[in-house]
Amino acid sequence: MRSSAIITTAAACVITLAGTFGGMSMATAGASSSVDFGKKTAFNRKKGNCLACHAIAGGVSPGDIGPPLVAMKARFPDRNKLRAQIWDATANNPNSRMIPFGRHKVLSEKEIDAVVDFLYTL
Amino acid sequence: MKKQLVAVLAISLLATGSAFANKKATDTTPEEDLKVYRDYFMKKFPGVPLNEFQNGVYAIDKVSRDSWEAIEEFPPYEPMIEEGEEMWNKPFANGKTYSSCFPDGPAQRKNYPRWDAKRKMVVTLPMMVNECREKNGEKPLKWAKGPITRILSYMAYESRGQKTHVVIPKGDADALAAYNDGKSFYFARRGQLNFSCASCHVESAGQHIRTDILSPALGQTTGWPVYRSKWGELGTLHRRFKGCNKQVRAKPFKPQHRQYRNLEYFLTHMSNGIEYNGPSARK
Ligand code: HEC
Ligand code: HEC
Repeated sequence: MRSSAIITTAAACVITLAGTFGGMSMATAGASSSVDFGKKTAFNRKKGNCLACHAIAGGVSPGDIGPPLVAMKARFPDRNKLRAQIWDATANNPNSRMIPFGRHKVLSEKEIDAVVDFLYTL
Repeated sequence: MKKQLVAVLAISLLATGSAFANKKATDTTPEEDLKVYRDYFMKKFPGVPLNEFQNGVYAIDKVSRDSWEAIEEFPPYEPMIEEGEEMWNKPFANGKTYSSCFPDGPAQRKNYPRWDAKRKMVVTLPMMVNECREKNGEKPLKWAKGPITRILSYMAYESRGQKTHVVIPKGDADALAAYNDGKSFYFARRGQLNFSCASCHVESAGQHIRTDILSPALGQTTGWPVYRSKWGELGTLHRRFKGCNKQVRAKPFKPQHRQYRNLEYFLTHMSNGIEYNGPSARK
Protein backbone atom coordinates (compact mmCIF):
# COMPACT_ATOMS: atom_id res chain seq x y z
CA MET A 1 0.00 0.00 0.00
CA ARG A 2 2.62 2.44 1.16
CA SER A 3 5.15 1.49 -1.45
CA SER A 4 2.66 1.92 -4.30
CA ALA A 5 1.91 5.44 -3.08
CA ILE A 6 5.62 6.18 -3.24
CA ILE A 7 5.87 4.88 -6.76
CA THR A 8 2.97 7.05 -7.87
CA THR A 9 4.60 10.12 -6.36
CA ALA A 10 7.87 9.26 -8.02
CA ALA A 11 6.17 8.79 -11.33
CA ALA A 12 4.44 12.13 -10.98
CA CYS A 13 7.83 13.80 -10.33
CA VAL A 14 9.34 12.24 -13.40
CA ILE A 15 6.41 13.38 -15.51
CA THR A 16 6.77 16.94 -14.24
CA LEU A 17 10.48 16.88 -14.95
CA ALA A 18 9.96 15.36 -18.36
CA GLY A 19 7.39 18.06 -19.03
CA THR A 20 9.98 20.68 -18.20
CA PHE A 21 12.92 19.20 -20.03
CA GLY A 22 11.26 17.64 -23.02
CA GLY A 23 12.03 14.15 -24.28
CA MET A 24 14.91 13.36 -21.97
CA SER A 25 15.96 9.90 -20.98
CA MET A 26 13.50 8.39 -18.56
CA ALA A 27 15.20 5.17 -17.62
CA THR A 28 14.08 5.23 -14.00
CA ALA A 29 11.73 2.85 -12.21
CA GLY A 30 9.01 5.49 -11.89
CA ALA A 31 9.08 6.38 -15.57
CA SER A 32 8.90 2.81 -16.77
CA SER A 33 5.75 2.21 -14.74
CA SER A 34 4.31 5.32 -16.32
CA VAL A 35 5.31 3.95 -19.72
CA ASP A 36 3.47 0.73 -18.93
CA PHE A 37 0.42 2.62 -17.77
CA GLY A 38 0.59 4.79 -20.91
CA LYS A 39 0.79 1.76 -23.14
CA LYS A 40 -2.21 0.17 -21.39
CA THR A 41 -4.14 3.41 -21.73
CA ALA A 42 -3.24 3.78 -25.40
CA PHE A 43 -4.22 0.20 -26.27
CA ASN A 44 -7.37 -0.05 -24.14
CA ARG A 45 -10.44 0.17 -26.40
CA LYS A 46 -12.39 2.03 -23.72
CA LYS A 47 -9.57 4.55 -23.17
CA GLY A 48 -7.19 5.78 -25.88
CA ASN A 49 -8.04 3.09 -28.43
CA CYS A 50 -5.25 4.63 -30.50
CA LEU A 51 -5.01 1.40 -32.53
CA ALA A 52 -8.40 2.22 -34.04
CA CYS A 53 -6.53 4.72 -36.22
CA HIS A 54 -2.76 4.23 -35.79
CA ALA A 55 -0.31 1.41 -36.29
CA ILE A 56 1.76 1.16 -33.09
CA ALA A 57 4.55 -1.33 -32.41
CA GLY A 58 3.22 -4.08 -30.14
CA GLY A 59 -0.42 -3.56 -31.14
CA VAL A 60 -2.38 -5.90 -33.40
CA SER A 61 -4.76 -5.16 -36.31
CA PRO A 62 -4.50 -1.38 -36.30
CA GLY A 63 -6.60 0.99 -38.40
CA ASP A 64 -5.05 3.39 -40.93
CA ILE A 65 -6.93 6.66 -40.51
CA GLY A 66 -3.91 8.32 -38.88
CA PRO A 67 -0.18 7.86 -39.62
CA PRO A 68 1.81 5.04 -37.98
CA LEU A 69 3.24 6.21 -34.66
CA VAL A 70 6.97 5.67 -35.08
CA ALA A 71 10.16 7.59 -34.24
CA MET A 72 8.23 9.90 -31.98
CA LYS A 73 11.27 11.49 -30.36
CA ALA A 74 12.73 12.47 -33.68
CA ARG A 75 9.47 13.81 -35.00
CA PHE A 76 8.28 15.48 -31.83
CA PRO A 77 11.35 16.80 -30.02
CA ASP A 78 9.06 19.23 -28.22
CA ARG A 79 7.11 17.28 -25.62
CA ASN A 80 4.47 19.99 -25.32
CA LYS A 81 3.67 19.72 -28.99
CA LEU A 82 3.19 15.98 -28.75
CA ARG A 83 1.02 16.36 -25.68
CA ALA A 84 -1.04 19.06 -27.41
CA GLN A 85 -1.70 16.73 -30.36
CA ILE A 86 -3.30 14.28 -27.96
CA TRP A 87 -5.01 16.83 -25.74
CA ASP A 88 -6.76 18.48 -28.70
CA ALA A 89 -5.64 17.71 -32.26
CA THR A 90 -8.25 20.11 -33.61
CA ALA A 91 -6.36 23.10 -32.12
CA ASN A 92 -3.59 22.51 -34.64
CA ASN A 93 -5.79 21.18 -37.45
CA PRO A 94 -9.47 22.13 -37.14
CA ASN A 95 -10.39 19.33 -39.55
CA SER A 96 -8.54 16.65 -37.63
CA ARG A 97 -10.47 13.43 -37.24
CA MET A 98 -8.49 12.63 -34.11
CA ILE A 99 -10.45 12.63 -30.87
CA PRO A 100 -9.69 15.63 -28.59
CA PHE A 101 -8.76 13.35 -25.69
CA GLY A 102 -8.04 16.11 -23.18
CA ARG A 103 -10.55 18.76 -24.20
CA HIS A 104 -13.39 16.23 -24.22
CA LYS A 105 -12.10 14.49 -21.08
CA VAL A 106 -11.85 11.11 -22.80
CA LEU A 107 -8.54 10.69 -20.96
CA SER A 108 -7.44 12.29 -17.68
CA GLU A 109 -4.42 14.61 -17.56
CA LYS A 110 -2.47 11.85 -15.83
CA GLU A 111 -3.40 9.33 -18.51
CA ILE A 112 -2.33 11.73 -21.25
CA ASP A 113 1.05 12.29 -19.58
CA ALA A 114 1.56 8.55 -19.39
CA VAL A 115 0.57 8.08 -23.04
CA VAL A 116 3.18 10.68 -23.99
CA ASP A 117 5.80 8.79 -21.94
CA PHE A 118 4.85 5.65 -23.82
CA LEU A 119 4.95 7.36 -27.23
CA TYR A 120 8.52 8.49 -26.55
CA THR A 121 9.57 4.84 -26.35
CA LEU A 122 8.40 4.30 -29.96
CA MET B 1 -18.72 29.99 -64.69
CA LYS B 2 -20.18 30.84 -61.33
CA LYS B 3 -21.77 27.39 -61.04
CA GLN B 4 -18.42 25.78 -61.72
CA LEU B 5 -16.78 27.85 -59.04
CA VAL B 6 -19.36 26.79 -56.53
CA ALA B 7 -18.80 23.14 -57.37
CA VAL B 8 -15.02 23.44 -57.10
CA LEU B 9 -15.34 25.19 -53.78
CA ALA B 10 -17.68 22.56 -52.43
CA ILE B 11 -15.39 19.76 -53.56
CA SER B 12 -12.38 21.27 -51.90
CA LEU B 13 -14.36 21.74 -48.72
CA LEU B 14 -15.47 18.12 -48.85
CA ALA B 15 -11.95 16.97 -49.51
CA THR B 16 -10.62 18.86 -46.52
CA GLY B 17 -13.44 17.40 -44.59
CA SER B 18 -15.35 18.87 -41.75
CA ALA B 19 -14.74 22.39 -42.98
CA PHE B 20 -17.89 21.58 -44.84
CA ALA B 21 -19.63 21.78 -41.51
CA ASN B 22 -18.39 25.33 -41.08
CA LYS B 23 -20.14 26.17 -44.29
CA LYS B 24 -23.85 26.71 -43.94
CA ALA B 25 -26.03 23.88 -45.23
CA THR B 26 -28.05 26.47 -47.13
CA ASP B 27 -25.05 27.54 -49.25
CA THR B 28 -25.54 24.81 -51.85
CA THR B 29 -28.67 23.34 -53.42
CA PRO B 30 -29.65 19.67 -53.31
CA GLU B 31 -28.83 19.35 -57.04
CA GLU B 32 -25.36 20.78 -56.51
CA ASP B 33 -24.84 18.50 -53.51
CA LEU B 34 -25.86 15.43 -55.49
CA LYS B 35 -23.25 16.12 -58.12
CA VAL B 36 -20.49 17.03 -55.67
CA TYR B 37 -20.98 13.97 -53.44
CA ARG B 38 -21.25 11.57 -56.32
CA ASP B 39 -18.16 12.96 -58.05
CA TYR B 40 -16.23 12.83 -54.79
CA PHE B 41 -16.91 9.12 -54.26
CA MET B 42 -16.56 8.12 -57.91
CA LYS B 43 -13.16 9.79 -57.90
CA LYS B 44 -12.17 8.28 -54.58
CA PHE B 45 -13.08 4.78 -55.79
CA PRO B 46 -12.29 4.75 -59.50
CA GLY B 47 -13.69 1.82 -61.44
CA VAL B 48 -16.62 1.28 -59.08
CA PRO B 49 -19.80 1.84 -61.12
CA LEU B 50 -22.40 4.10 -59.51
CA ASN B 51 -24.94 1.34 -58.91
CA GLU B 52 -22.33 -0.87 -57.19
CA PHE B 53 -22.28 1.55 -54.23
CA GLN B 54 -25.55 -0.10 -53.14
CA ASN B 55 -23.38 -2.85 -51.65
CA GLY B 56 -21.69 -0.64 -49.08
CA VAL B 57 -18.26 -1.75 -48.01
CA TYR B 58 -18.43 -4.77 -50.35
CA ALA B 59 -18.37 -2.42 -53.32
CA ILE B 60 -14.88 -1.25 -52.39
CA ASP B 61 -13.15 -4.15 -50.64
CA LYS B 62 -12.41 -7.35 -52.51
CA VAL B 63 -11.55 -9.46 -49.49
CA SER B 64 -14.73 -8.88 -47.51
CA ARG B 65 -16.71 -9.07 -50.73
CA ASP B 66 -15.76 -12.69 -51.27
CA SER B 67 -17.11 -13.89 -47.93
CA TRP B 68 -20.19 -11.71 -48.35
CA GLU B 69 -20.96 -13.24 -51.74
CA ALA B 70 -20.83 -16.67 -50.14
CA ILE B 71 -23.32 -15.50 -47.50
CA GLU B 72 -25.66 -14.02 -50.10
CA GLU B 73 -25.93 -17.43 -51.78
CA PHE B 74 -27.97 -18.63 -48.82
CA PRO B 75 -29.18 -15.33 -47.45
CA PRO B 76 -29.92 -15.30 -43.72
CA TYR B 77 -32.84 -12.92 -44.34
CA GLU B 78 -34.70 -15.22 -46.73
CA PRO B 79 -37.16 -16.71 -44.20
CA MET B 80 -37.97 -13.18 -43.01
CA ILE B 81 -39.09 -12.17 -46.48
CA GLU B 82 -41.55 -15.05 -46.39
CA GLU B 83 -42.77 -14.10 -42.94
CA GLY B 84 -43.27 -10.57 -44.27
CA GLU B 85 -45.30 -11.85 -47.19
CA GLU B 86 -47.57 -13.69 -44.76
CA MET B 87 -48.01 -10.48 -42.78
CA TRP B 88 -48.87 -8.64 -45.97
CA ASN B 89 -51.58 -11.13 -46.91
CA LYS B 90 -53.03 -11.81 -43.46
CA PRO B 91 -56.15 -9.72 -42.82
CA PHE B 92 -56.22 -7.39 -39.81
CA ALA B 93 -58.99 -7.95 -37.22
CA ASN B 94 -61.21 -5.67 -39.31
CA GLY B 95 -60.78 -7.89 -42.36
CA LYS B 96 -58.65 -5.42 -44.35
CA THR B 97 -55.01 -5.93 -45.28
CA TYR B 98 -51.97 -3.74 -45.88
CA SER B 99 -53.04 -3.35 -49.50
CA SER B 100 -55.91 -1.15 -48.30
CA CYS B 101 -53.19 1.43 -47.52
CA PHE B 102 -50.88 0.57 -50.44
CA PRO B 103 -53.25 -0.08 -53.37
CA ASP B 104 -50.27 -0.28 -55.76
CA GLY B 105 -48.97 -3.30 -53.90
CA PRO B 106 -45.93 -3.99 -51.74
CA ALA B 107 -43.29 -2.55 -54.11
CA GLN B 108 -43.26 0.83 -52.34
CA ARG B 109 -39.57 1.47 -51.73
CA LYS B 110 -39.14 4.08 -54.46
CA ASN B 111 -41.81 6.29 -52.91
CA TYR B 112 -40.03 6.86 -49.59
CA PRO B 113 -38.70 8.86 -47.87
CA ARG B 114 -41.00 11.52 -49.22
CA TRP B 115 -41.84 15.11 -48.32
CA ASP B 116 -45.47 15.35 -47.22
CA ALA B 117 -46.44 18.94 -47.99
CA LYS B 118 -49.72 18.80 -46.07
CA ARG B 119 -48.18 17.51 -42.87
CA LYS B 120 -45.01 19.52 -43.48
CA MET B 121 -42.77 16.61 -42.62
CA VAL B 122 -40.68 13.83 -44.10
CA VAL B 123 -42.57 10.54 -44.11
CA THR B 124 -40.79 7.19 -44.27
CA LEU B 125 -41.86 3.70 -45.26
CA PRO B 126 -41.78 2.26 -41.69
CA MET B 127 -43.93 5.17 -40.62
CA MET B 128 -46.48 4.43 -43.34
CA VAL B 129 -46.58 0.78 -42.29
CA ASN B 130 -47.41 1.69 -38.71
CA GLU B 131 -49.90 4.36 -39.71
CA CYS B 132 -51.65 1.74 -41.82
CA ARG B 133 -51.86 -0.59 -38.83
CA GLU B 134 -53.23 2.09 -36.53
CA LYS B 135 -55.78 3.19 -39.12
CA ASN B 136 -57.02 -0.39 -39.12
CA GLY B 137 -57.19 -0.70 -35.37
CA GLU B 138 -53.92 -2.63 -34.93
CA LYS B 139 -51.09 -1.83 -32.56
CA PRO B 140 -48.05 -0.17 -34.18
CA LEU B 141 -44.91 -2.32 -34.40
CA LYS B 142 -41.65 -1.47 -32.65
CA TRP B 143 -39.44 0.57 -34.98
CA ALA B 144 -35.95 -0.90 -34.82
CA LYS B 145 -36.21 -4.69 -35.05
CA GLY B 146 -38.61 -7.62 -34.92
CA PRO B 147 -41.86 -7.91 -36.93
CA ILE B 148 -41.48 -4.51 -38.64
CA THR B 149 -38.31 -5.76 -40.34
CA ARG B 150 -40.30 -8.72 -41.72
CA ILE B 151 -42.89 -6.64 -43.51
CA LEU B 152 -40.20 -4.18 -44.61
CA SER B 153 -38.11 -7.07 -45.97
CA TYR B 154 -40.97 -8.28 -48.08
CA MET B 155 -41.69 -4.79 -49.38
CA ALA B 156 -38.00 -4.17 -50.06
CA TYR B 157 -37.67 -7.49 -51.85
CA GLU B 158 -40.65 -6.71 -54.06
CA SER B 159 -39.07 -3.29 -54.78
CA ARG B 160 -35.66 -4.59 -55.82
CA GLY B 161 -34.43 -2.82 -58.91
CA GLN B 162 -36.43 0.35 -58.32
CA LYS B 163 -34.26 3.43 -58.43
CA THR B 164 -33.78 5.82 -55.54
CA HIS B 165 -35.62 8.97 -56.45
CA VAL B 166 -35.95 11.39 -53.55
CA VAL B 167 -37.50 14.72 -54.48
CA ILE B 168 -37.01 17.98 -52.66
CA PRO B 169 -39.96 19.85 -54.18
CA LYS B 170 -38.91 23.07 -55.89
CA GLY B 171 -40.17 26.19 -54.20
CA ASP B 172 -41.15 24.44 -50.98
CA ALA B 173 -39.08 26.19 -48.31
CA ASP B 174 -40.09 23.73 -45.60
CA ALA B 175 -38.99 20.73 -47.62
CA LEU B 176 -35.65 22.38 -48.30
CA ALA B 177 -35.30 23.23 -44.61
CA ALA B 178 -35.86 19.56 -43.69
CA TYR B 179 -33.22 18.49 -46.22
CA ASN B 180 -30.78 21.10 -44.90
CA ASP B 181 -31.47 20.01 -41.34
CA GLY B 182 -30.48 16.46 -42.30
CA LYS B 183 -27.40 17.78 -44.05
CA SER B 184 -26.28 19.90 -41.09
CA PHE B 185 -26.72 16.91 -38.82
CA TYR B 186 -24.60 14.80 -41.16
CA PHE B 187 -21.66 17.19 -41.10
CA ALA B 188 -21.82 18.29 -37.46
CA ARG B 189 -19.40 16.81 -34.96
CA ARG B 190 -21.01 15.28 -31.95
CA GLY B 191 -20.46 13.08 -28.94
CA GLN B 192 -17.57 12.89 -26.53
CA LEU B 193 -15.48 11.43 -29.36
CA ASN B 194 -16.26 14.42 -31.57
CA PHE B 195 -17.08 12.73 -34.88
CA SER B 196 -19.51 13.76 -37.57
CA CYS B 197 -21.11 11.13 -39.79
CA ALA B 198 -18.95 12.60 -42.55
CA SER B 199 -15.72 12.12 -40.55
CA CYS B 200 -16.19 8.40 -41.00
CA HIS B 201 -18.29 7.88 -44.13
CA VAL B 202 -17.06 10.76 -46.32
CA GLU B 203 -13.54 11.65 -45.25
CA SER B 204 -12.46 8.20 -44.06
CA ALA B 205 -14.52 6.05 -46.45
CA GLY B 206 -12.43 3.05 -47.49
CA GLN B 207 -10.07 3.40 -44.54
CA HIS B 208 -9.78 1.04 -41.59
CA ILE B 209 -11.03 1.95 -38.19
CA ARG B 210 -9.35 -0.87 -36.35
CA THR B 211 -10.43 -3.87 -38.47
CA ASP B 212 -13.63 -2.33 -39.87
CA ILE B 213 -13.54 -0.76 -43.31
CA LEU B 214 -15.68 2.35 -43.45
CA SER B 215 -18.35 2.30 -46.15
CA PRO B 216 -18.96 5.36 -48.33
CA ALA B 217 -22.06 7.44 -47.60
CA LEU B 218 -23.07 6.99 -51.22
CA GLY B 219 -25.41 4.01 -51.50
CA GLN B 220 -25.81 3.49 -47.76
CA THR B 221 -29.60 3.70 -47.84
CA THR B 222 -30.53 1.18 -50.52
CA GLY B 223 -30.16 -2.19 -48.79
CA TRP B 224 -32.46 -1.90 -45.79
CA PRO B 225 -33.55 -3.67 -43.74
CA VAL B 226 -30.15 -5.24 -43.11
CA TYR B 227 -29.32 -8.58 -41.54
CA ARG B 228 -26.19 -7.93 -39.48
CA SER B 229 -24.20 -10.85 -38.16
CA LYS B 230 -23.36 -8.69 -35.16
CA TRP B 231 -27.07 -8.22 -34.43
CA GLY B 232 -27.90 -11.81 -35.37
CA GLU B 233 -31.10 -10.46 -36.88
CA LEU B 234 -32.54 -7.77 -39.09
CA GLY B 235 -32.57 -4.09 -38.19
CA THR B 236 -33.87 -0.88 -39.71
CA LEU B 237 -31.89 2.08 -41.02
CA HIS B 238 -32.74 4.12 -37.95
CA ARG B 239 -31.39 1.34 -35.75
CA ARG B 240 -28.09 1.82 -37.54
CA PHE B 241 -28.27 5.60 -37.08
CA LYS B 242 -28.66 5.01 -33.35
CA GLY B 243 -25.71 2.64 -33.28
CA CYS B 244 -23.45 5.07 -35.12
CA ASN B 245 -24.48 7.88 -32.75
CA LYS B 246 -23.82 5.73 -29.70
CA GLN B 247 -20.37 4.61 -30.74
CA VAL B 248 -19.15 8.22 -30.64
CA ARG B 249 -20.76 8.49 -27.18
CA ALA B 250 -23.47 10.84 -28.40
CA LYS B 251 -27.03 10.58 -27.18
CA PRO B 252 -29.01 8.80 -29.90
CA PHE B 253 -32.49 9.84 -31.01
CA LYS B 254 -35.48 7.53 -31.07
CA PRO B 255 -36.12 5.81 -34.41
CA GLN B 256 -38.47 7.91 -36.56
CA HIS B 257 -37.66 11.04 -34.56
CA ARG B 258 -37.83 14.12 -36.80
CA GLN B 259 -34.04 14.39 -36.69
CA TYR B 260 -33.55 10.88 -38.08
CA ARG B 261 -36.28 11.30 -40.70
CA ASN B 262 -34.58 14.47 -41.95
CA LEU B 263 -31.26 12.65 -41.90
CA GLU B 264 -32.79 9.83 -43.96
CA TYR B 265 -34.19 12.38 -46.40
CA PHE B 266 -30.76 13.95 -46.93
CA LEU B 267 -28.82 10.69 -47.02
CA THR B 268 -31.22 8.89 -49.36
CA HIS B 269 -31.27 11.83 -51.77
CA MET B 270 -27.50 11.45 -52.09
CA SER B 271 -28.11 7.99 -53.62
CA ASN B 272 -30.60 9.12 -56.25
CA GLY B 273 -30.28 6.89 -59.31
CA ILE B 274 -28.95 3.89 -57.35
CA GLU B 275 -31.21 0.84 -57.24
CA TYR B 276 -32.87 -0.43 -54.09
CA ASN B 277 -31.59 -3.90 -53.17
CA GLY B 278 -32.93 -4.70 -49.71
CA PRO B 279 -32.95 -6.71 -47.68
CA SER B 280 -29.23 -7.33 -47.50
CA ALA B 281 -26.57 -8.88 -45.29
CA ARG B 282 -23.70 -7.15 -43.52
CA LYS B 283 -21.00 -8.13 -41.09
C1 HEC C 1 -10.28 8.38 -34.96
C2 HEC C 1 -8.95 8.44 -35.38
C3 HEC C 1 -7.83 8.63 -34.41
C4 HEC C 1 -7.65 8.14 -33.13
C5 HEC C 1 -8.58 7.25 -32.32
C6 HEC C 1 -6.36 8.63 -32.68
N1 HEC C 1 -5.79 9.38 -33.66
FE1 HEC C 1 -3.94 10.23 -33.60
N2 HEC C 1 -4.22 11.01 -35.48
C7 HEC C 1 -5.33 10.81 -36.26
C8 HEC C 1 -5.17 11.54 -37.50
C9 HEC C 1 -6.18 11.58 -38.65
C10 HEC C 1 -3.90 12.17 -37.44
C11 HEC C 1 -3.24 13.05 -38.52
C12 HEC C 1 -3.03 14.47 -38.05
C13 HEC C 1 -4.31 15.16 -37.63
O1 HEC C 1 -5.29 15.12 -38.38
O2 HEC C 1 -4.35 15.70 -36.52
C14 HEC C 1 -3.35 11.82 -36.15
C15 HEC C 1 -2.10 12.23 -35.70
C16 HEC C 1 -1.51 11.83 -34.52
C17 HEC C 1 -0.16 12.19 -34.11
C18 HEC C 1 0.80 13.03 -34.93
C19 HEC C 1 1.54 12.10 -35.81
C20 HEC C 1 2.38 12.78 -36.84
O3 HEC C 1 3.23 12.08 -37.40
O4 HEC C 1 2.15 13.96 -37.11
C21 HEC C 1 0.05 11.60 -32.89
C22 HEC C 1 1.33 11.68 -32.07
C23 HEC C 1 -1.14 10.88 -32.55
N3 HEC C 1 -2.06 11.03 -33.56
C24 HEC C 1 -1.31 10.16 -31.39
C25 HEC C 1 -2.49 9.49 -31.03
C26 HEC C 1 -2.68 8.82 -29.77
C27 HEC C 1 -1.61 8.69 -28.69
C28 HEC C 1 -3.95 8.33 -29.76
C29 HEC C 1 -4.69 7.61 -28.67
C30 HEC C 1 -4.61 8.12 -27.35
C31 HEC C 1 -4.54 8.69 -31.04
N4 HEC C 1 -3.62 9.40 -31.77
C32 HEC C 1 -5.82 8.34 -31.43
C33 HEC C 1 -6.43 10.05 -35.95
C34 HEC C 1 -6.65 9.41 -34.73
C1 HEC D 1 -16.55 6.55 -35.65
C2 HEC D 1 -16.93 6.16 -36.95
C3 HEC D 1 -18.36 6.31 -37.40
C4 HEC D 1 -19.19 7.40 -37.32
C5 HEC D 1 -18.89 8.76 -36.71
C6 HEC D 1 -20.42 7.03 -37.97
N1 HEC D 1 -20.34 5.75 -38.43
FE1 HEC D 1 -21.74 4.79 -39.56
N2 HEC D 1 -20.58 3.11 -39.54
C7 HEC D 1 -19.35 2.98 -38.93
C8 HEC D 1 -18.87 1.62 -39.10
C9 HEC D 1 -17.53 1.08 -38.58
C10 HEC D 1 -19.87 0.93 -39.82
C11 HEC D 1 -19.83 -0.55 -40.28
C12 HEC D 1 -18.99 -0.67 -41.51
C13 HEC D 1 -19.58 0.10 -42.65
O1 HEC D 1 -20.48 -0.39 -43.34
O2 HEC D 1 -19.20 1.27 -42.83
C14 HEC D 1 -20.93 1.91 -40.10
C15 HEC D 1 -22.08 1.63 -40.84
C16 HEC D 1 -23.05 2.56 -41.17
C17 HEC D 1 -24.19 2.28 -42.02
C18 HEC D 1 -24.51 0.94 -42.67
C19 HEC D 1 -23.91 0.83 -44.02
C20 HEC D 1 -24.27 -0.47 -44.67
O3 HEC D 1 -23.94 -0.64 -45.85
O4 HEC D 1 -24.86 -1.35 -44.03
C21 HEC D 1 -24.91 3.44 -42.11
C22 HEC D 1 -26.21 3.66 -42.88
C23 HEC D 1 -24.21 4.44 -41.32
N3 HEC D 1 -23.09 3.87 -40.77
C24 HEC D 1 -24.63 5.76 -41.17
C25 HEC D 1 -24.02 6.66 -40.30
C26 HEC D 1 -24.59 7.95 -39.96
C27 HEC D 1 -25.86 8.53 -40.52
C28 HEC D 1 -23.74 8.52 -39.06
C29 HEC D 1 -23.91 9.79 -38.29
C30 HEC D 1 -25.09 9.94 -37.52
C31 HEC D 1 -22.62 7.62 -38.88
N4 HEC D 1 -22.83 6.49 -39.63
C32 HEC D 1 -21.52 7.88 -38.10
C33 HEC D 1 -18.64 3.99 -38.31
C34 HEC D 1 -19.11 5.27 -38.08
